[in-house]
Amino acid sequence: MATQATFRIWRGDPSGGKFQDFVTPVDEGMVVLDAVHRVQAEQAPDLAVRWNCKAGKCGSCSAEINGMPKLMCMTRLSNLNLEMPVIIEPMHAFPVIRDLVTDVSWNFEVKKTIRKFKPRSPDAPDGAWRMQQADVERVQEFRKCIECFLCQDVCHVLRDHHKQDEFIGPRYLVYAAALEMHPLDTEDRVSDLKKKHNIGYCNITTCCRQVCPESITITENAIIPLKERVVDRFFDPLKQLFNII
Amino acid sequence: MPEFRRYSYDVLIIGAGGAGLRAAIEAAANGASVGVVCKSLLGKAHTVMAEGGVAAALANVDDRDNWRVHFADTMRGGQYLNNWRMAELHAKEAPECVRELEAWGALFDRTKDGRILQRNFGGHRYPRLAHVGDRTGLEMIRTLQDHGIHTGMQVHMECTVLNLLLDSGRIAGACGYDREKGLFLVWQAKAVVLATGGIGRAFKITSNSWEYTGDGHALAYRAGAELKDMEFVQFHPTGMVWPISVRGILVTEGVRGEGGVLRNSEGRRFMFDEIPDLYKDQTADNEEEGWRYTQGDKNARRPPELLTRDHVARCINREVKAGRGTPHGGVFLDIAWIKERMPKSEEHIKRKLPSMYHQFKQLADLDITKEPMEVGPTTHYMMGGVSVDGDSQMSTVPGLFAAGEVAAGLHGANRLGGNSLSDLLVFGRRAGRYAAEFAKGNPAATINEAELQASAASALAPFERGPAGENPYKIQYDLQESMQDQVGIVRTESEMERALEILEQLRARAERAGIAGHRQYNNGWHTAMDLDNLLLVSETIARAALLRKESRGAQFREDFPNKDADWGKCNIIVKRGADGAMLVEKRPLQALPPELKAVIEEMK
Ligand SMILES: Cc1cc2nc3c(=O)[nH]c(=O)nc-3n(C[C@H](O)[C@H](O)[C@H](O)COP(=O)(O)OP(=O)(O)OC[C@H]3O[C@@H](n4cnc5c(N)ncnc54)[C@H](O)[C@@H]3O)c2cc1C
Ligand code: SF4
Ligand code: SF4
Ligand code: FES
Repeated sequence: MATQATFRIWRGDPSGGKFQDFVTPVDEGMVVLDAVHRVQAEQAPDLAVRWNCKAGKCGSCSAEINGMPKLMCMTRLSNLNLEMPVIIEPMHAFPVIRDLVTDVSWNFEVKKTIRKFKPRSPDAPDGAWRMQQADVERVQEFRKCIECFLCQDVCHVLRDHHKQDEFIGPRYLVYAAALEMHPLDTEDRVSDLKKKHNIGYCNITTCCRQVCPESITITENAIIPLKERVVDRFFDPLKQLFNII
Repeated sequence: MPEFRRYSYDVLIIGAGGAGLRAAIEAAANGASVGVVCKSLLGKAHTVMAEGGVAAALANVDDRDNWRVHFADTMRGGQYLNNWRMAELHAKEAPECVRELEAWGALFDRTKDGRILQRNFGGHRYPRLAHVGDRTGLEMIRTLQDHGIHTGMQVHMECTVLNLLLDSGRIAGACGYDREKGLFLVWQAKAVVLATGGIGRAFKITSNSWEYTGDGHALAYRAGAELKDMEFVQFHPTGMVWPISVRGILVTEGVRGEGGVLRNSEGRRFMFDEIPDLYKDQTADNEEEGWRYTQGDKNARRPPELLTRDHVARCINREVKAGRGTPHGGVFLDIAWIKERMPKSEEHIKRKLPSMYHQFKQLADLDITKEPMEVGPTTHYMMGGVSVDGDSQMSTVPGLFAAGEVAAGLHGANRLGGNSLSDLLVFGRRAGRYAAEFAKGNPAATINEAELQASAASALAPFERGPAGENPYKIQYDLQESMQDQVGIVRTESEMERALEILEQLRARAERAGIAGHRQYNNGWHTAMDLDNLLLVSETIARAALLRKESRGAQFREDFPNKDADWGKCNIIVKRGADGAMLVEKRPLQALPPELKAVIEEMK
């Protein structure tokens, strides 16, 4: 492995910015976040970066590394070509605050617009429910989400078409799916999904699924079943009739 | 004069981990207006990293379990230095709190008959940990977050509290800054709940994130509250040691539970070399019996690898110091060896330890089904913290409450795995309820403007000194190095005296720390401001550890290697004296009521 490498890090704020090269020693086993920290400690103390767990569990350190949306703490240098500068940029779909830190507050606002969990009444006198493992597993897949927002970052509806005001993005389609398929939930979000959250904007490009660090099958397991529910409700002629009556 | 942006709430919660969010939900449910402040984005607090599970005597898997057994287990684990009232309430209320999470949407793993599944863990007599694979913390924090955002609480993300504000001895609010823009903020509040977590960043090797700089401990101390049990820092025996970049990341106890063994560089299973007398009868004396235990043989005794965390950590330390460590300064943890005992061992390991398999594969390029891991102790959890009333969680400062890892009492000298997540729920809920009640009964106190300006001035000082000042990162590294070496797993008087001298020098350097740039998302500035808290908690740890001249639970003194009956009856309290000097004093435990004493006797 090389003993040093160049990191081309985007630095700036909402008014603009540019790439700056930092050459720093690298050791075996290092991840991109380590290199960024080393630069920060030794060359640029005011370099802005978010992180927490350093183990792929919190979803704080999302960035674009050589153009790929990734968690910096789980991207090993040994998997990158260190002959070339490693390019590190903030996520593009969100406004920059400073350097590698973006304003992701929109995501937290979107979540509030999705109707909350509403369980059926308890199954047992102790106030608890009975559920089979097989039934919870389907939803457990969605609940692995660490809210890194990398899927939001790559979704063209948000990234290129800026439909933040109309479309909730793959993360929140996964969230809605987790609620809709929850064995205990009694709320109905199908109409919202069509009219308010505009699930129809998604044309199943699968870009979101490909970048999910938790390997959640976003499109096949979450979005498509939700689209089917929408179709069943709004486009099935029999149900249409039923709705009118 | 720096401007302050102003907010006002009935109850201000500092921290948005499990304890903070649970407190916020409860305070809001009791009619209070609630503000929550946290240093990271919502949902990223430390709680998200917890793996193993949440302890509650639901008795879903073994119907012999009940609150009395859980209470006795917790007290035994804490070597009876626990606040018995907290241990009692915790054991009684944890099941209800776990069920409450389910009502808010949490999906725990299930038993065959559809109830919440529970697993075995060190120190718990029966299978007691409700869990979701090995990501229980994520499930918990997400459930609380998703429920909480609909309760009307106002969340101030990426804001750091710098100081608590007082008005004639009672709480008046807090002030701090917003990380994104560097603005100063003041939150006026009738009651404040500290839920800031731990102190792991005072040590070089830790499983904790950057957030764990002991802020809550330091805030409470400076406000005049008493701290307790500060000498008890839990070192988990198995953290990763290689590559350097992942040093300290946790390797779950489950690896040893599945039959993983510890060996030194000579290939020797050194855990057999020293088995404490207290555990001799319960521990296997040969490898064969140990293996049978891990495979569920109820007649076999446990292998010495599964002795208590403090003991295993010390044995590993001894091997490394004696020059029998691995190339990177740890020992070998080998689960791959079980291929000698079972067919298809590779699939078995991947099924039982999926995240460990991926963690090593992804971060260390190592296949744990084929090769041994290198592991060493890592700073993991703080038993000590703000001394609180067992029922209400109020500290010795009126209107200031504390819950979760920042509070002391439940765990005594040593915490059992799984008892933290339940701690957050039980005492987060209580703190929220009593804080709301306090707010109802007390009008808002007055903010002292001079105090605000002083806070801002000291926060801005690193800019005045500029980049020519000391590098704050370097000061932090040196502090971590010193605490690791001199106040770590094995302690002696001379080394701790030395640490105190070094802390003194570091304090002088911290006063010279300088930083370039401006206030917007400036990590260097944040680090400079954290130094005060780190230095303070480090000093409380060193001083309490010096005073306790015995070895018990997480504290091991090489110069006093045995337990001392007299010390077994006392906690250590640290507080600020009237003259500003740090007072460290021995305080007798509260007497155990006869009915609880009877429970402990019965379970012996
Ligand atoms: C890897 C790992 C695995 C674990 N596994 C388990 C397990 O299986 N079972 C178990 O019971 N326990 C486990 N623990 C321990 C447990 O996770 C923690 O003790 C617990 O989550 C602490 O919760 P908390 O709510 O007290 O604090 P945290 O979740 O850490 O939250 C602290 C909050 O306070 C905020 N804060 C701190 N300082 C300030 C400030 N100055 N201003 C504003 N906000 C501030 C932070 O931003 C954060 O929001 C584990 C710990 C680790 C590290
Ligand atoms: S599949 Fe849909 S949600 Fe996912 S990236 Fe493509 S358009 Fe966006
Ligand atoms: S679904 Fe996957 S990519 Fe999207 S936020 Fe969650 S973990 Fe990240
Ligand atoms: S720091 Fe938590 S996911 Fe990278």
